[in-house]
Amino acid sequence: MKKLNRRAKTLLLCLCLGLLLLLVYISGLLIPEEAYAPDFMAARLSPSLRHPFGTDTLGRDLFWRTVKGLSVSLTVGIAASCISAVAALFIGIAAAVGSKRVDGLISWIIDLVMGVPHTVLIILISFVMGRGLKGLLVGIACTHWCSLARLIRSEVMQLRAKDYVAVSRRLGKSGGWILVNHLLPHLLPQFIVGLILMFPHAILHEAAVSFLGFGLPPEQPAIGIILSESMKYLSAGLWWPAVFPGLTLVLIVFLIDKLGDNLRRVLDPYSAQE
Amino acid sequence: MPLEAKNLSFRYERGLPLVLENIDFKIEAGEVLALFAPSGYGKTTLAKLLAGYLRPCSGEILLNGAPLPEKGVCPVQLISQHPEKAINPRWRLKKVLEESGELREDMLSAFGIEKAWLERFPRELSGGELQRFCVARALLSGAEYLICDEISTMLDVITQAQIWSVVLSEARKRNMGIIAVTHNMHLARRIAHRVFDLEKREYI
Repeated sequence: MKKLNRRAKTLLLCLCLGLLLLLVYISGLLIPEEAYAPDFMAARLSPSLRHPFGTDTLGRDLFWRTVKGLSVSLTVGIAASCISAVAALFIGIAAAVGSKRVDGLISWIIDLVMGVPHTVLIILISFVMGRGLKGLLVGIACTHWCSLARLIRSEVMQLRAKDYVAVSRRLGKSGGWILVNHLLPHLLPQFIVGLILMFPHAILHEAAVSFLGFGLPPEQPAIGIILSESMKYLSAGLWWPAVFPGLTLVLIVFLIDKLGDNLRRVLDPYSAQE
Repeated sequence: MPLEAKNLSFRYERGLPLVLENIDFKIEAGEVLALFAPSGYGKTTLAKLLAGYLRPCSGEILLNGAPLPEKGVCPVQLISQHPEKAINPRWRLKKVLEESGELREDMLSAFGIEKAWLERFPRELSGGELQRFCVARALLSGAEYLICDEISTMLDVITQAQIWSVVLSEARKRNMGIIAVTHNMHLARRIAHRVFDLEKREYI
């Protein structure tokens, strides 16, 4: 067999990670509600073959609850980071291309949003929007665009100072044409990597805010909710409701982070040849 | 259609000393003028001013008695010293040429541009090969004046001769004016009708 080079290996890894995430997401959608319905006969069971993650005090199977919760987390993560990243792209380009006043205003807003800790801001926004999925989504989407917008702003500024952009302008090309043909192809890798690296942040914030009780409602299976419930029984010796869902969350976040890192390595022209 | 610089002065930023001060010169259509000066005398700055990349602090640049158009294809095209910076690294070279107009077979063969190069990316060609694309791109745009800012400095002699002979024959065909910025007096004397010395401010 031919030995795979690093690019092929990285792409293979990305593919596997993507498939795993997809599997979690789809199985979360397909699980019937009975799978994690309360069953008082089976309450407080420690992990076994029948209940790999054990059951909680209401007898709900923690494995299926965790999978369902992860799928909710993934939905929130995908939606919020997509909205955030697209907003960051537009805002970053507007700051770089617009007048000094526009740039100043946008930079000021970025400083403002970044000045407040994310979690506090998400709690505030989510609370005002009436909590639930909508509040969380808006909260996360409104807080995560800043650093990517800043990155894109500086990238566009650098690109606009390039010789080939100046040449293009003297060849009679319009600003829009230059944006689409010269700038966007350079921004795309930054955008995709920024989007994927934003994703674990969004998931962690979703879990954290739900954990604190300002996010998803308590009846919804979500990692944050499971963890917050498990805290009550931790001192009673029920370690599994905290450990397994927590570990899965960490694992998923770690995997996505790796995915983003590897993708960056493949897309970045400076390391793509390695 | 003369291109003239009248009383041209330029500084890069307010408070900095003037790089160019009261420059006057004129070039007629179909003429080849060499711009000669040691390093640091503002040759490249002057070239950028004439092609509209920079704006003069005072004085004006007139083409046929009117200022350069702000929009549309500029009739004065600049070819820079660094071809690798003047080409988008993410574009195939075919797109680079098509940016300024229709591909012309005769020009490709005159410059010795091979068909296979058109599908490649800039990093897959050498500096000399890229410079041919930059010159071809400027010629394809239908410019009336070409400003060549040391375009052949980094090339071997044979390629230099090849590029200049294409540029000069094209200029003759289209009655195009050429300003050749150079360090090299031998080259200046060989290709130009007149040589303007930026240091002494006189034609030699």
